[in-house]
Amino acid sequence: MAIDLSTYSLTDDELTLSEGVRDFAERVVAPVSYEADRTKTLPMDVVAQMGEMGLFGIPFPEEYGGQGGDYFALCLAIEALARVDQSIAITLEAGVSLGAMPIFNFGSDEQKAELLPALLAGEALAGFGLTEPEAGSDAGATRTTARLEGDEWVINGSKQFITNSGTPITKFITVTAVTGETDGRKEISTIYVPNGTPGFTVEPAYDKVGWHASDTHPLTFSDVRVPAANLVGQRGRGFANFLHILDEGRIAIAALSTGAAEGCLEEAVDYAHKRKVFGEPLASRQNVQFVLARMQTRVHNARLAWHHAARLRDAGKPFKTEAALAKLTASDAAMDNARDATQIFGGNGFMNEYSVARHYRDSKILEIGEGTSEVQLLVIARALGVA
Amino acid sequence: MKIVVLVKPVPDTYGDRVLSLETGLADRAASETVLDEITERALEAVIRHAEESAKSGAGEVEVVAMTMAPADSQSTLRKALAMGAASAVHIADERLAGADLVRTAEVLAAALRRAGADLIVAGNGSTDGSGGVMPSMLAELLELPAATRLETIEITADAVRGTRETDGGTMTVTAALPAVVSVTERMPDPRFPALKGIMGAKKKPLEVVALDDLSAELEGLGVALDETASARSIMVAATQRPAREAGEIITDDGTAGERIAAFLADRRLA
Ligand SMILES: Cc1cc2nc3c(=O)[nH]c(=O)nc-3n(C[C@H](O)[C@H](O)[C@H](O)COP(=O)(O)OP(=O)(O)OC[C@H]3O[C@@H](n4cnc5c(N)ncnc54)[C@H](O)[C@@H]3O)c2cc1C
Repeated sequence: MAIDLSTYSLTDDELTLSEGVRDFAERVVAPVSYEADRTKTLPMDVVAQMGEMGLFGIPFPEEYGGQGGDYFALCLAIEALARVDQSIAITLEAGVSLGAMPIFNFGSDEQKAELLPALLAGEALAGFGLTEPEAGSDAGATRTTARLEGDEWVINGSKQFITNSGTPITKFITVTAVTGETDGRKEISTIYVPNGTPGFTVEPAYDKVGWHASDTHPLTFSDVRVPAANLVGQRGRGFANFLHILDEGRIAIAALSTGAAEGCLEEAVDYAHKRKVFGEPLASRQNVQFVLARMQTRVHNARLAWHHAARLRDAGKPFKTEAALAKLTASDAAMDNARDATQIFGGNGFMNEYSVARHYRDSKILEIGEGTSEVQLLVIARALGVA
Repeated sequence: MKIVVLVKPVPDTYGDRVLSLETGLADRAASETVLDEITERALEAVIRHAEESAKSGAGEVEVVAMTMAPADSQSTLRKALAMGAASAVHIADERLAGADLVRTAEVLAAALRRAGADLIVAGNGSTDGSGGVMPSMLAELLELPAATRLETIEITADAVRGTRETDGGTMTVTAALPAVVSVTERMPDPRFPALKGIMGAKKKPLEVVALDDLSAELEGLGVALDETASARSIMVAATQRPAREAGEIITDDGTAGERIAAFLADRRLA
């Protein structure tokens, strides 16, 4: 029943990319998803194949080994993966938006030349450490500190919920830290810390509700010394930098959510045809038809919303409000479709071997990560001038 | 070195394939057109060889994808280019609709002569027609050695080697270049094209060739151009395969074993 993507005014190249990644998701990812979720392990061979396909390099120029595409194309790939497996999709999303983008956007030429090629080839991953036990939605409340001693930063503090921070190929984490005070206001900067630096500990992985195959850890820093040259962007610009990173990331999470919502819809339509109750296929009941119709409507709205935000971003226009709208719309669509799909599946919907059950567990975080739904509402309310 | 890989657009094997009862031909509109899986694997093997050859400094290998297929199947050649072929040749001519195997071989041979190739690689059969004779016919027409049904291939500057499985064992065969080889589905899994490849494919040469463009080569093969328009073996009738009948379900009440044995014996299957 798949939705005809060509009706979304994608270019031929975009359509080919989307179809190719969907094909990859079905043939390579789907067969290992259940086991990866059950054993809570990120399938590194799948990540390697994604690297070979160039997925981690999509929105970057060729001089760093990128594919020369744009953010829209990256989001198409994320959406196509999430239809089948959200953990794999978030590994790509975080790998690019949180791992490579801060270096690409704010790093020096030397940092880009040194750090980007391996990330863009999918041979290495990096994380972005913003959230702390006392600083989530209020990310400016950062307590982690970095003090310049000679030509070294000395970092102390902790981060929590950091994606891709402990995989076998994770090379560094870009962290936000307080580097001083100007006029009584905290000065926040971004510094990258290579994994393996003495004093930097990647704590054991979380026991999460969903996204089981995605890699998430708390991090602690105790007198961690890195060269002064590891400062990413200007000193004191850390707050502005991560706001930019989060705005972009929201579009990617909206695309991921759209894929999840679509995966749920497709599974539900298929099941409604096959499952007979009281001698008739489920799909013959009008209440089921209407639930499916509403699910389809959500997918459509979610997709239009992220397409719009991504096109604005790629055109160099302001996109902050549109990204928030897209993330809010799409994450709701994913959660609502996951709930409706599991209901249509009945008892089977509660069994982990069905992908709708996994989507049900996985989708909740979409309303929380990279800015909660309430934070998106705040952004939209601010644009209205009422907050 | 120039290697031409013969690729074929076929109806998607994952979808339903329909025979048009009017023309006796596969109904191409009924399902999506994709690159035949074996030819896709053949292309992967050749592209890998070209990449390795470039990396080791062993010399440049030019990979050309060639097909004779209806005009609307060009997206499959774009995919071949996105995977890594350097250029593509699309022989498309309305007069070739319904061409039989011999006609197809003559036209492909003419196009191959025109392109000039050190090595021609084809699949050992396609998932739609399953004729399985094209590589041998081409070798005959082009007067080249044919090494068919290879499960592995190894290409050097002046020869191609490979292995062929038979019931009795494994044969290792070799042919001096130029040569024609056909390979099986044992070739490596085809890559998923990267965005750079997809975007780059549009800039690569894709030549559309009509029958008239091949007149000199066809003449050289002793085929008159007006002859090529008509097929010599003609489909007289086509019927749909009858729908599958429902199977018989034997519920085990302790006698299922005997009843299955009787069922098989009845149908002379045991
Ligand atoms: C699996 C996973 C992966 C993650 N990956 C990363 C990562 O890679 N890097 C990273 O830095 N972080 C990451 N995070 C952290 C994530 O971004 C935060 O959890 C999120 O921003 C919310 O912060 P918090 O958990 O501190 O919740 P809080 O900020 O404490 O929020 C609690 C509740 O209060 C609401 N709330 C807060 N402020 C307001 C307000 N002003 N008005 C109204 N309501 C409000 C929130 O919406 C929420 O409902 C990840 C989290 C998870 C679970």
